[in-house]
Amino acid sequence: MCLGVPGRVVSIDGDTALVDFGGVTRHVRLELVDEPVRPGDHVLVHVGFAIRRIAAEDLETTLAFFASLADDDREGLPPPSRG
Amino acid sequence: MSTLPFRDPERGRALSTRLQRAVDRAGRPVTVMHVCGSHEQAIARYGLRARLPAGLTVHMGPGCPVCVTDTASVDAAVALARAGVVVLTYGDMLRVPGASASLDDARAAGAAVEVVYAATQVLERAAATDGPVVFFATGFETTAVATAAILRSAPPPNLFVLSAHKWVPAAMEVVAQVPGSAIEGWLAAGHAATITGWGVFEDFVARHHRPVVVAGFEPLDLLAGLCLLVEQVAEGRAEVGNAFPRCVSREGNRRALDVLFSVFEVGDGDWRGIAHVPGGDLQLRSAFAAHDARLRFAETLAAAPGQAPFALASACRCGAIMTGRATPTDCELFGTTCRPERPVGACMVSTEGACRIWLEHGEGR
Repeated sequence: MCLGVPGRVVSIDGDTALVDFGGVTRHVRLELVDEPVRPGDHVLVHVGFAIRRIAAEDLETTLAFFASLADDDREGLPPPSRG
Repeated sequence: MSTLPFRDPERGRALSTRLQRAVDRAGRPVTVMHVCGSHEQAIARYGLRARLPAGLTVHMGPGCPVCVTDTASVDAAVALARAGVVVLTYGDMLRVPGASASLDDARAAGAAVEVVYAATQVLERAAATDGPVVFFATGFETTAVATAAILRSAPPPNLFVLSAHKWVPAAMEVVAQVPGSAIEGWLAAGHAATITGWGVFEDFVARHHRPVVVAGFEPLDLLAGLCLLVEQVAEGRAEVGNAFPRCVSREGNRRALDVLFSVFEVGDGDWRGIAHVPGGDLQLRSAFAAHDARLRFAETLAAAPGQAPFALASACRCGAIMTGRATPTDCELFGTTCRPERPVGACMVSTEGACRIWLEHGEGR
């Protein structure tokens, strides 16, 4: 029930998007997302509602952060965050 | 979006090394808790627990909403189904035992119990009939916002919500106050925090002087979260950390929170296997009374027979497991009397429950 699934937005019609989850498409409501969503964006979806747009730069920032944790002997690096 | 970079074994090994150093620096055993069934599933699926540093114990706390749904709410859903009302719910609620029966039992006896996988299906189902339709709505923040959204989108008058939604931060409070609790820090669930923001844990951290780190659900997410958590424990620091920055901000999803709290308010409630949790339930506001199943069907629910819970439940250790004082394999009922097809305790009920996950993945053996 609590499974959150990331998917890619194929198309948008009003407050509803067609989202591709690795080959399976579903209609998803967008009204809870707090920023504009466009086709091609990734969204995090729970029980038929997108709750977050996942920006490409956020993926890169997270991976860079994990890489810095793995590579760096310094401790207590503050995590990056958009918010 | 490929998840593969978040499963990269080389980066995983490097993070494991860092985690080992943090545990070494603590110089003593460290026990932490996560509060999410999806975290436990990821730990089991990727075999992470066996590869954790010696001296680090990771418990699963009250992180399965199906498991902690109180018996009285299941009984209410069963009573409505038996009274001839169409009851919709998420699939993992079917087998949750009530005092005398589950929704699956009621369905087998002819009641109209139907499974939905998306909250939006509830609107379609209610629009397709004239009779009353009840949505037995369960889950934490992520599913509660969806329930709130459908009640905000002009639902048909024959749709009623039986809310058993729960608010996770309140349960962490209960666990932190368990006398003699060995839990030194918490991993918070990344998806719930996507909505609440990591700022919601600042008060908790300040009051209990124990750290909380928000983490996602891929192997690297979990390892990075554990690094940030255990390093704080080792250094005696207590802050809120964010190891899931691609989804979680300090403020969270303001729009979703506004929708959530325009429909729900927090109230006290019972969590199965845990306790009475002050501020742990999400209850419908009076503005949505016209769609509140507890009000619309008050007479039916009051007339439903109350029965004693399972006699075996006294041997069940779910309470100790969810508060980090025992692991599933410590329970004598685990895998014998208590099994997925006939669960005794809360943690065996759902695929998100600690006992169920341990049984299916052979954890602890």
